[in-house]
Amino acid sequence: MKKVLNGLAAIGFVLAGTAGVALAQEAHNAAEPTHFPIHKPKEMDWTFAGPFGTYDKGQLQRGLKIYKEVCSACHSMDLVAFRTLEDLGYSEAQVKAFAAEYEVQDGPNGDGEMFTRKALPGDHFPSPFPNAIAAAAANNGAAPPDFSLIAKARGVERGFPTFVFDIFTMYASNGPDYIHALLTGYDEQPPAGMEVPEGTHYNPFFIAGKSLAMAKPLSDGQVTYEDGSPETVEQYSRDISAFLMWAAEPHLEARKQTGFAVMIFLVLFAGLIYATKRKVWANAH
Amino acid sequence: MSGGHSTYSPKTGIGRWIDARMPLPRLVHDSFVSYPVPRNLNYAYTFGGILSIMLVAQILTGVVLAMHYANDTTLAFQSVEKIMRDVNSGWLLRYMHSNGASFFFIAVYIHIMRGLYYGSYKAPRELLWILGCIIYLLMMATGFMGYVLPWGQMSFWGATVITGFFTAIPVVGEWVQQLLLGGFAVDNPTLNRFFALHYLLPFMIAGVVVLHVWALHVVGQTNPTGIEVKSKTDTVAFTPYATIKDGFAMVVFLAVFAYFIFYIPNFLGHPDNYIMADSLKTPAHIVPEWYYLPFYAILRAITFNIGPIDSKLGGVLAMFGSIAVLFIVPWLDTSKVRSAVYRPWYKLFFWIFVINAIFLGWLGSRPAEGAYVIMSQLGTLYYFAFFLVIMPVLGLIETPRRLPNSITEAVLEKNKGGSAHPAGATAAPETRG
Repeated sequence: MKKVLNGLAAIGFVLAGTAGVALAQEAHNAAEPTHFPIHKPKEMDWTFAGPFGTYDKGQLQRGLKIYKEVCSACHSMDLVAFRTLEDLGYSEAQVKAFAAEYEVQDGPNGDGEMFTRKALPGDHFPSPFPNAIAAAAANNGAAPPDFSLIAKARGVERGFPTFVFDIFTMYASNGPDYIHALLTGYDEQPPAGMEVPEGTHYNPFFIAGKSLAMAKPLSDGQVTYEDGSPETVEQYSRDISAFLMWAAEPHLEARKQTGFAVMIFLVLFAGLIYATKRKVWANAH
Repeated sequence: MSGGHSTYSPKTGIGRWIDARMPLPRLVHDSFVSYPVPRNLNYAYTFGGILSIMLVAQILTGVVLAMHYANDTTLAFQSVEKIMRDVNSGWLLRYMHSNGASFFFIAVYIHIMRGLYYGSYKAPRELLWILGCIIYLLMMATGFMGYVLPWGQMSFWGATVITGFFTAIPVVGEWVQQLLLGGFAVDNPTLNRFFALHYLLPFMIAGVVVLHVWALHVVGQTNPTGIEVKSKTDTVAFTPYATIKDGFAMVVFLAVFAYFIFYIPNFLGHPDNYIMADSLKTPAHIVPEWYYLPFYAILRAITFNIGPIDSKLGGVLAMFGSIAVLFIVPWLDTSKVRSAVYRPWYKLFFWIFVINAIFLGWLGSRPAEGAYVIMSQLGTLYYFAFFLVIMPVLGLIETPRRLPNSITEAVLEKNKGGSAHPAGATAAPETRG
């Protein structure tokens, strides 16, 4: 038995040793990094985080304005219907007026012709390009990703042991944290010696490489806010990230509210069943 | 409980009328009310019941989701998003179903580990164990095909990688792969047949569960001591004792499940699956669902050729072998003592096995490069050594601790001192240790 234990200890040492090698391999030189993103995104405070999180309607409205005035030139948002904008605090009439600013293709009409008309609340945001190939052709071969789910479709790996703590802290803001970090990360200069491919833009927060095709999309004062919020890249980035989280998860508030009721019920029910269990088993021992 | 007397006596006229014609109420009464269970079952034994409700929950949510789902590659992704956005409580159903798969596996892994710890597979429960292994295999197939249905990037590329394993099989491999795919690559026919099978397999699972429970009720449950039931004082009636205990465990389990559904519903998923499948864009790291990761690590651990077997086939054989070995566990364990409680060495190796399995799971999520490969190989070695070397050898050389004479004695020993039980009369148990 001793031998077996010694063997196990030996295996343990080998494992520890190889783990050390693995960590050593992860150390990379600054000029040619091999793991992306180069910097992990900063964790932000979001109003929608935590068990009682709700969207800040003013923030979503500002985010919508940024999407409309900046992002929507290249990025579609196919899955989001205008009617759902009522979640942002707009009235039915306001949504109708907002939709009417867009044109969508409809048809065929009685003559078999396709035609364009003003969008109705039931329509979805129209795409800036007629199809994915046109989008790619207009953007150096890489179609800009659709924005409907982007806040859930991006997330920098948290790593061990952080991902375990995330269960208890209810961390679920990988997406908005990433978008915010990316949009505010353009100003950093590439380290000396790094080659940034032509036509791409260095951003140490980009998830899939050292640089990306999209140029810095936001600059201070670019979008006018009517509610007095600061017109800075930092504020813009927070607002669009929150808006995209809403676009990806429109029922987040209902989910958390339902969840609270369900948790209260289950905890009380568990307590009652436990008390009953104690009583039933009291005469069995 | 074979040959046990039925204690069911219908009290009403209509009850007697039914009992004389089709005694279903009698079957239910004998199976879930008067059925005797060992009195010393702990909470590890509640996962059978938890798995039953998880299966029912998955089938119910799945049937409703299927009413809104479109199994066509051009529509599938959008139809799932329509469920998330426009179907009443669709987000709830879908998060219940996707997290439900994970919690189904959490429960089944605890259930299997409990079986391994307490020696539940030993005679006369070999068939009970094998039926359980079949259920587990069916679960894996169902889970895999279900993950393909949302038609995200991981759905598509996971399906491509996993069906690709079959091409490693000599002679028939390519044919098997094409049969699974319905073509030469993952496409609409693949999605269609996976949807059909994903709907079918849970009902097959339910069928095997009936056999599993039947086999259980013939041989009776094991218990933490591993000693068979000897007298009536060793048992309590299923209802109310086991039902209330199972009920409590279920509600606690559901509370953890609900926490994930309502607060971190995408924690166990992969962000890439919110990107629609694209056969021209390969994700940087293709990883399967977390519950397959240990097996994925074993698959990728075989990076060398073994004689005529090349590394690809070797990996596939190791992966399937790691599940196949479970089927012969009843004959690999040579110990006369059933429960790890009385087997100090087996207990140690068992817990190392559990840690190793989790470690392999973590390795499965890492890229297969550098030191991770070596660690996977060591983990794989221990996985197989546990079943093929430690189990047979340890049973022959280990000196088990003294077993109590009966379950009742074990319970009294445990309650000795402090307990209100007046049963000092039973065979004075020696002090432990």
